[in-house]
Amino acid sequence: MNDDVLAIETRGISKTYGAGHTEVVALCDASVAIPRGRTVALLGPSGAGKSTFLMAVGLINPPTTGQIAIGGVPVLDGPVALVNLRRFRRKHIGYVFQKSNLIPFLSARENVQVALELNGAPARQARRRAMELLDELGVAPRAENTPAMLSGGEQQRVAIARALANRPSVILADEPTAALDSHRGRQVMELFRDVAHRHGAAAIVVTHDHRTLEVFDAIYQMEDGTITGGLALPTDAYSSP
Amino acid sequence: MNLAVKDIQHNLGRFALTVLGIGMLLMIVMGMGGIYRGLVEDATLLLERIGGDLWVVQRDTRGPFAEISRVPRTLAHRLLAVPGVQSAREFVFHTIQRQHEGRPLRMSVLGLSWPQDKGQWLPLVAGRPLAQNHFELIADKTLGLRLHERIQLGKETYTVVGVTSGMASTAGDGMIFVTVWDAQVIQFDAPGEAIRLERAAREHRSRTEDIFLHQPLLAEQLARPTADLPAAASPELSAVVVRIAPGANQEKVASTIASWSDVSVFTKAGQGELLLKGMVDKSRRQLGMFRTLLTIIAAVVMSLILYTLTLDKLHSIALLKLIGAPNRTILGMILQQAIVLGAVGYGIAYLVGQKVFPHFPRRVVLTNEDLLRLAIIVLGISVISSVLGIWKAMRAAPNDALMG
Repeated sequence: MNDDVLAIETRGISKTYGAGHTEVVALCDASVAIPRGRTVALLGPSGAGKSTFLMAVGLINPPTTGQIAIGGVPVLDGPVALVNLRRFRRKHIGYVFQKSNLIPFLSARENVQVALELNGAPARQARRRAMELLDELGVAPRAENTPAMLSGGEQQRVAIARALANRPSVILADEPTAALDSHRGRQVMELFRDVAHRHGAAAIVVTHDHRTLEVFDAIYQMEDGTITGGLALPTDAYSSP
Repeated sequence: MNLAVKDIQHNLGRFALTVLGIGMLLMIVMGMGGIYRGLVEDATLLLERIGGDLWVVQRDTRGPFAEISRVPRTLAHRLLAVPGVQSAREFVFHTIQRQHEGRPLRMSVLGLSWPQDKGQWLPLVAGRPLAQNHFELIADKTLGLRLHERIQLGKETYTVVGVTSGMASTAGDGMIFVTVWDAQVIQFDAPGEAIRLERAAREHRSRTEDIFLHQPLLAEQLARPTADLPAAASPELSAVVVRIAPGANQEKVASTIASWSDVSVFTKAGQGELLLKGMVDKSRRQLGMFRTLLTIIAAVVMSLILYTLTLDKLHSIALLKLIGAPNRTILGMILQQAIVLGAVGYGIAYLVGQKVFPHFPRRVVLTNEDLLRLAIIVLGISVISSVLGIWKAMRAAPNDALMG
């Protein structure tokens, strides 16, 4: 992907569930344009549509209408996929969700390694890279433990390592620090920012943790399925909520 | 990284129990096939071992293995006079059940045509063939009789001089081999009281019927032992086994014998076919149907197990899809587990079967051909039974990973 193109661009995406009198509009005309190397926070109350937006941008749950382009490549036109979504996710998108979502029958290392191997990395190389990431996130000593043997925070760090494994151009995180203490939470946010800056990736992080907002390059606000805040510097976000 | 193996390792205990259950089920399927083979072998073994070319039996009967056949002892001599007949051996075959050492002992008695046949053709695992024409027997090891053990049959005591292996009747009863004379003595043994009653009846007839009153000498004859009575028929044979002389035309010999109105003739193949199509066929079909049902049950059980295993992994499968795993990775994981389940189950069935089958009351014969066929069937079942799990896995959506 070229450096001068937007990492994430959405144009008027909407998501509607149900029809007629049961119709629920979860996302309404949401448009964003996030350059490479930027880390963006997505704020908003529960039910505002943050997760729906993240799932649409993450190519997990396509929008009802609107277009999404990743790294300048049009990937979705409404619900219509323009590329192989699974392959695109594997190569370009890293996910971290509120629940750690690790594979229970794999160890911490294998959970990271599997993402690399699925992307074509040789086993030995994938193993080394997995260990590097776990070390970077401070969970290397627990590399051979299965998720059930890890604390919530450790699980979340393993999930973050997996999200970063393939050096994605887009990192999507839904309240990734909810299970972490403030110190670890801040570390993780800084890690997202560093990865985004170093690798020219864009990160969208849904968070309620206002203590870490200064880490972000910009903040979006959502309410009732609509992005209301627009791209703004963190200081602006605080001064005009 | 092999996800199938990782999942199995993670749930090793449960997988081991599951595979053990499948293995036991497959062992029963395997055993059914082995019992069928044993049935066929038992049925044809005697025919093969005795090695006659023609079986001459009572007219309109199907021979001693299928039903009661009685032919006179003189038949053997008549047959020897037919051109092309090299030898004619008397054959007596019947099944008895006696108490021995406090337990019922069921055995098939086969009379050997002494002195031509001393049982040299029997597969002896201990001892020797018969060396005298009375009171010796050769027993199959399934009867549990030991070498030199003495056993009471009727009024006589017989000594076990030889032990064979794998000699059982079509009913699965172990066989004993004695001379034809002894076989008939065992067959027609009557208790003393029965003989006394029969003699008293004869005496009563001699006093009441006119013929004896007019001819007292006849009445004297009636007082003699049954075996000495000229009017009483001597014990009969079950069949006569004929061997054709080298170069003689078997069909011609058979046709000559068949023209006699008191006997029927079967070739060895014909007798074998009668055995297989008669009494063995029903058991064979019964076993075949049972085996088919068990195979279907095994397939259903394996399907359900694989479906359940897939359901347990549905979240992981959705997660794998979320991080971009292609369908072939997920399909491969389920398919590999199905094949491992089938293959290990088959291995357990084989290994446990090897230990268990010899203790079955009937012979279980596992042929390489049957084992290979079952292996292919198990492979097929494994693949087919994974379809339900694969179908469920393919329906899992990536966003399912984010729910619950």
